Amino acid sequence: MSQLRSLRFRITKRFGAKTVLRDFALEVRGRQFVTFLGPSGCGKSTALNIIAGLIPATDGEIWVDGQRIDQQPPEKRGFGMVFQNYALFPHLTVFGNVAFGLTLQRRPAAEIRERVRAMLELVQLPGFEQRYPGQLSGGQQQRVAIARALVLHPRLLLLDEPLSNLDAKLRLEMRAEIKRIHARLGLTCIYVTHDQAEALSLSDWVVVLKDGALMQAGAPAEIHDRPTNVFVADFTGFRNFFPVQVTTVDADGRVDATANGLRIRGRSHHPLGAGAKAVAAIRPDDVQLVPPRAGANTFTGKIEIVEYLGRENEAAVTLEAGPRVWVRTPARLAPGDTVAAVFPEERVIFLPPTPPGDSA
Amino acid sequence: MSPRAVASARPKARRLREPHALDAAAVACLVPSLLYVLVMFVYPFLYGIYSSLRPPQRAGLTLANYVAFFSDEWQYRTVWITFGIAVPNTVIVVGVALLLAYGMRRGIRFERAITTILVLPIALGVILLAEGILGFYGGRGWFNQMLLAAGIINEPLTLTHNYIGVLLSLFMQQFPFCFLMLLGYISGIDPGLENSARTLGAGPFTVFYRVMLPLMAPGIAIAFALVFVMSFGVFPSAILLGQPAGATRTIAIAAYQQAFERYDMSYASAIAVVMGLFQLAGLVVIILLRRRMVTAATMGVGKR
Amino acid sequence: MNGRRGRLWGLALYLFVFGFVLNLLGIVSHVLVSAFAKRWFGTPLPAAFTTQWFEYAWSNFDLGRVLAVTVFVALSVVVLALGLGFPAAYVLARRDFRGKPLLLLLYFLPLLIPQMTYGIPLATTLYRYGIGGTVAGVILANLVPMVPLAIFVLMPFFEQISLNLEWGAAMMGANRFQIFRRILLPLTVPGLLTASILILVNTVSNFELTFLVSGAGSQTLVVALFYNAFAGGVRPVYSVDAMAVMYMTTVLVLLLIALRFVRPTQMVFRLD
Repeated sequence: MSQLRSLRFRITKRFGAKTVLRDFALEVRGRQFVTFLGPSGCGKSTALNIIAGLIPATDGEIWVDGQRIDQQPPEKRGFGMVFQNYALFPHLTVFGNVAFGLTLQRRPAAEIRERVRAMLELVQLPGFEQRYPGQLSGGQQQRVAIARALVLHPRLLLLDEPLSNLDAKLRLEMRAEIKRIHARLGLTCIYVTHDQAEALSLSDWVVVLKDGALMQAGAPAEIHDRPTNVFVADFTGFRNFFPVQVTTVDADGRVDATANGLRIRGRSHHPLGAGAKAVAAIRPDDVQLVPPRAGANTFTGKIEIVEYLGRENEAAVTLEAGPRVWVRTPARLAPGDTVAAVFPEERVIFLPPTPPGDSA
Repeated sequence: MSPRAVASARPKARRLREPHALDAAAVACLVPSLLYVLVMFVYPFLYGIYSSLRPPQRAGLTLANYVAFFSDEWQYRTVWITFGIAVPNTVIVVGVALLLAYGMRRGIRFERAITTILVLPIALGVILLAEGILGFYGGRGWFNQMLLAAGIINEPLTLTHNYIGVLLSLFMQQFPFCFLMLLGYISGIDPGLENSARTLGAGPFTVFYRVMLPLMAPGIAIAFALVFVMSFGVFPSAILLGQPAGATRTIAIAAYQQAFERYDMSYASAIAVVMGLFQLAGLVVIILLRRRMVTAATMGVGKR
Repeated sequence: MNGRRGRLWGLALYLFVFGFVLNLLGIVSHVLVSAFAKRWFGTPLPAAFTTQWFEYAWSNFDLGRVLAVTVFVALSVVVLALGLGFPAAYVLARRDFRGKPLLLLLYFLPLLIPQMTYGIPLATTLYRYGIGGTVAGVILANLVPMVPLAIFVLMPFFEQISLNLEWGAAMMGANRFQIFRRILLPLTVPGLLTASILILVNTVSNFELTFLVSGAGSQTLVVALFYNAFAGGVRPVYSVDAMAVMYMTTVLVLLLIALRFVRPTQMVFRLD
């Protein structure tokens, strides 16, 4: 596989009056698996299409290994792409599909046959050459699409929500497949998805986008454990947010804050001054439920809703002070029970408040 | 340099194009057919209008042709005659087609066979049908033979070479098309609407008049419009099955005669323009009537 | 519909359809029988049968030439209409631009406005430029409604081909021409077939335009049929019917071929 050392870009995209990407800038290093994560409409697929060369940027540049490529048409860039709806050519066999790029390059027939065979083996579809896409299942079609892109030894692989059309079980299988192939080939990948579990499990680096702007970029652990704003926290599963006012901050970054009579203690990874407004957040899985008692970060309340999830329940507890807390726990609960919710100090984070007019 | 100044110094993406935008190649794809329609359709049409305003013996633009048409009884009665054919024919064709399509809206038995057979008149065309009607409905044709043999009549009915012959021919041509079109349209209306009306206590007639008719109104209006416009231009049927020099001398015949028997292209174009205008007028009337029809049926309830 | 009234109503409807079909069959068979009749006056069936009228029609109506013209015109119109319409259909299916609805309306006009209304000015123009009365003139006249027909039949076929297919091919190195040849063209073959059949049937059976534009040596079968039917009784009706049968056979054969590729309702073009 020809290797890319670095892909660097800064792109802006406007469709008429609407700005879909605002100065979205990033550097991707060779062999990295980068994911663009965000809700629909955040611009992630548009960014991918611009990198691929299928859509022009309104403004900006794309550099690969020191060469500027944003004026190049897609067929000259040497990138591979896998689409959400597979985009297999229905009138060609699996062989015809996978060999397509090689045929255009006018490779000798023997070479084409061998490379296609090897690639189909890699994606675990040996012997499928003569079938037609219409005869394959969704998962099989996606494997063929991956094989088709990889057989050309692209220096960069772009994947646009490739698993979104598959059912849940298949999605898990294919996720493992993609991880396996990436580990085996060491190919640079840019992956687009709205599924945070996919992003966290597959990537070396996660870029969270909202409305065309970069909200946070970092390793999966960092995105998951240390989100830097409410949007990213919300997207990665923090379900409990409390607007607070900071009372004290000590040298280690431990914060004391109040909200509606609740006193919450936790940690902040960004500078906070006393009196500042912030948002305290904690994951449902981190909240502990105990019989009613008093204590630091302990709040009594009544259980309102219980959702059965199999091994665990997700329950909504309405605190005496008013706000609602979501808890995930294996304990057996019933609506009406009185409990105390404990927020372990190390698991509470403080985030900058959301700007007015923004939905978290 | 400030970021904004730097941004404007960078060249905008030029060689890549937006996937849905028109580029030079796309325009090149459109140009041949567009040119063709402009040159072979729009231009003759416009030239015809222009030519109709320039009769051979006069200088400058004048309405002389139109005046001549409307002062010559032999000519302007064709308008009357043509309306006399087109309007009844449209009412009958659309009426019967509507009745049938409505009755069969839930699906028809032998659908494939029926639709295939109904396509025959359209594919075979006017001339063949006319020739067949002349024979079948003629004085000595099978139809009269059957009626005579059954004792229903004592003398053969004159169904050809007259007004009735023309109507027959027009019906045979236009009914299949109108029926298939309305059938498609009506079957497309959500049957749930009718069902809920029935559960609310509406009988079949009420359902038809107050629920379905307003819903079918656009389709019916289109059917009326198309059938009227086609009937107004009736030509070969009027000649083969009618009395082209008498009771069924339609406006199309008048235009044709001016062009190809008198070689007065200017006058012929004028008559064609008059024909087109009446067709347009018919369309406008139908559109207006459709609003009234819907309002009446829904008692003005709801917006409109 | 339930209830006795409903069933009677339903019966009446089917009876009408049945009657119409019988009517149609009667009309068509009458032509058929008459074509094979030696002489036939007012009896249920002719006294004697013959095929002489076919030979009569063939030699007297110059049918060899007429058929050749018909075939040549029909095939030319198919090729030219597809040639002009195919690229336009692609652009109209894929691209969006200001004025697109207006453009679509413009293309739709020759199908909407009756042929008699625009046929006279068209014929006048063709005669003015000396192409009136020639085979070329007939081809040009028939193209006016057939190019739009080609466009509107082909557009849905293009719309059905996902843009991602073109993008996928581009990502694998295909330039525009290669995408056209290897992806678009093969996938639009069904559309081309459908369009060809519809254009063929429409051109062979087209009367008004061809009638207005054709001359002595450039008549198609249906126009020649008209002239002979209207020749004022000079031609024996059996020979005219023989010619009608030949025309009918041609159209029915085309129709049979067409119905392999196209649903009956698609032939009723105008609005779908």
